[in-house]
Amino acid sequence: MDNTKNILLGHGSGGKLSHDLIDGIFTKHFKNPILDQQSDSAIIPINSKNLAYTTDSFVVDPIFFPGGNIGNLAIAGTVNDLAVSGAKPLYLSVGFIIEEGFPICDLEKIVVSMAMDAQEAGVKIVTGDTKIVDRGKCDKIFINTSGIGELEDKYLNVGSGSGVAPGDKIIINGSIGDHGMAVMAARNELNIQTHIESDCACLNNMISKATSSSNGIKFMRDATRGGLGTVLSELVKDSDYGISIDEDKLTVSESVRGLCELLGFDPLYVANEGKVVMVVSEDDANKVLESIKESPFGKEASIIGEISKDHQRMAWLNTSVGGRRVIEMLSGQQLPRIC
Amino acid sequence: MKYIDEYRNKDIVAYFANQIKNISTKPIRLMEVCGGHTMSIQKFGLPFLLPDTVELVSGPGCPVCVTSREYIDRAVAYSRVEDVIITTYGDLIRVPGSSSTLEKEKASGADIRIVYSILDAMLIAKENKNNRVVFLGIGFETTAPSSAAGILKASTAALNNFFVYSAHKVMPPAMETLIDEGIQIDGYVGPGHVSTITGKGIYENIPAKFNMGVVISGFEPVDLMQSIFMLVKQFETNDPKVEIQYSRVVKPEGNVVAQQMLEEIFEFRDDWWRGLGILKNSGLQIRSKYEKYDAEKMVSVEVEETIEPKGCICGLILRGEKKPKDCGLFGKICTPSDPVGACMVSSEGSCHAYYLYNR
Repeated sequence: MDNTKNILLGHGSGGKLSHDLIDGIFTKHFKNPILDQQSDSAIIPINSKNLAYTTDSFVVDPIFFPGGNIGNLAIAGTVNDLAVSGAKPLYLSVGFIIEEGFPICDLEKIVVSMAMDAQEAGVKIVTGDTKIVDRGKCDKIFINTSGIGELEDKYLNVGSGSGVAPGDKIIINGSIGDHGMAVMAARNELNIQTHIESDCACLNNMISKATSSSNGIKFMRDATRGGLGTVLSELVKDSDYGISIDEDKLTVSESVRGLCELLGFDPLYVANEGKVVMVVSEDDANKVLESIKESPFGKEASIIGEISKDHQRMAWLNTSVGGRRVIEMLSGQQLPRIC
Repeated sequence: MKYIDEYRNKDIVAYFANQIKNISTKPIRLMEVCGGHTMSIQKFGLPFLLPDTVELVSGPGCPVCVTSREYIDRAVAYSRVEDVIITTYGDLIRVPGSSSTLEKEKASGADIRIVYSILDAMLIAKENKNNRVVFLGIGFETTAPSSAAGILKASTAALNNFFVYSAHKVMPPAMETLIDEGIQIDGYVGPGHVSTITGKGIYENIPAKFNMGVVISGFEPVDLMQSIFMLVKQFETNDPKVEIQYSRVVKPEGNVVAQQMLEEIFEFRDDWWRGLGILKNSGLQIRSKYEKYDAEKMVSVEVEETIEPKGCICGLILRGEKKPKDCGLFGKICTPSDPVGACMVSSEGSCHAYYLYNR
């Protein structure tokens, strides 16, 4: 790489610059067959079983926001990455990087939230590490979590979506854009007051009920950074099918929509922390939808569109006013430190 | 009444789509001047609803897109001055200058802060008395009044470390120049926010001189479809005039208080527009009475020589002569994450809007 170039905030956006960094630096030097799969979790065959293994770091600003804090994110992020890979999350590690002067009562608040979420999700935090840096050398607290889960054979390909075919239905478990806009609104510099709460939640219990109710779930991905739009455009990118989504079927809360209008964001690309996108066979779609709706995190779940034979490699949005447009991968727009 | 849902009503949009189909007999080419319109047209997929006779082209109404490289180069030079803090609207930070961008300077250590209002920039100046704070004032009649208000406020508050670097421009000279230069269009979807300030008087020249209609439009799908209908109707009946579709916001006389503020702070100068060149009396510079707050006069820097990028046809796109897809760089070398031209940077830029919604 060019030695005059520096890291830009855009390298962390999850968009094209991030991909360039991953391909141009990380996978280039770390190269191995497991990493090359580039899915949310690495799938590692050990003896006759498959383990899912994933890691994620959290630098959200502010660390406390309506609907959660950095600790809730750190558990949910890793648990959900495992769950959407078709795995049952089992064990987590936690690493803290803390700035000198950080209030211990705030640390405890964060840790209590993590312990409660882990218990509810049925995962154990089994190892950890703490580093303290000089004041000003990091912003309050950064957290890394890694997790291991056990994969069910029937969901070995659910992360890649290799079984997806025309006619399959697309399900999401509720409203979009809540997390990103809750964090944006909580930032002091904006001086905005809203009632938006982050949707941050561990989805593994909801997902495992759905997966045990059906053999027809062909793809799962949590719609975090980059939002629903990015998940859909990534799924369709190298495929031989198209996607068609009805804007009318998407749930966007009144306040999220208002704030997006104000700040010029498209809710399709705003981060979520408790939303999973599933592609399910037509026959099983309603059964899976009903199962998701039973969960407190899936009450507003709906079928938002389907996989189609037409417009291959493109995700179409049928707009609420009867128009049509392409859903592209997020490229360039950025909300730094959203998770 | 929520002023959004009502204007995104599918049935009303369909009604206007039908009306347009019914009355449109001859090919008509309409230019939406404002970047906000381009964004909305693409976001709601409106071209899908129009008959083949109606073609929409995007105009020069994205302030980031028409800003010169020279302006960015100078802003970059300011950012390299030890005691300067740059405050800017977010759109500008990724616009390429000749050899750098504000984003890259920020990564190299320059103090560059994104603000949502000039008042935030002034607050930064107040809290950092030992620094000089330069606000990048960019935009048309829409944002220029807030810069004017900021300068007025700075002068009453005796804020001595606050400066505005003005690239403010006014819209009518560009709209007339495009027609003068022979760009083939049959009517303008007039800018809603600009007209809120200026009123409709500034466009009266266009029907009189060029026999072409202007309909000042709102930004929602119903607004745009109704405006297109009004323009098609004018065209079919050969009755070009200035009409206000966006009457819930735009008054014929505009916002007189804002106009007075602009008059107090700014005077016209000839200004350079990407794609259009130098247009007479199209830029706003700070009057010498307020030069204390004029970065160009008060903060001296050496600026590198401006170099324009090869192969970029932003200019032709801004003139409505080419569409983004006609550009050899579009979507290949030039993408929103690694833009070559300014039209790809701004969320209101036509290349960016096409890239996101219509590729």
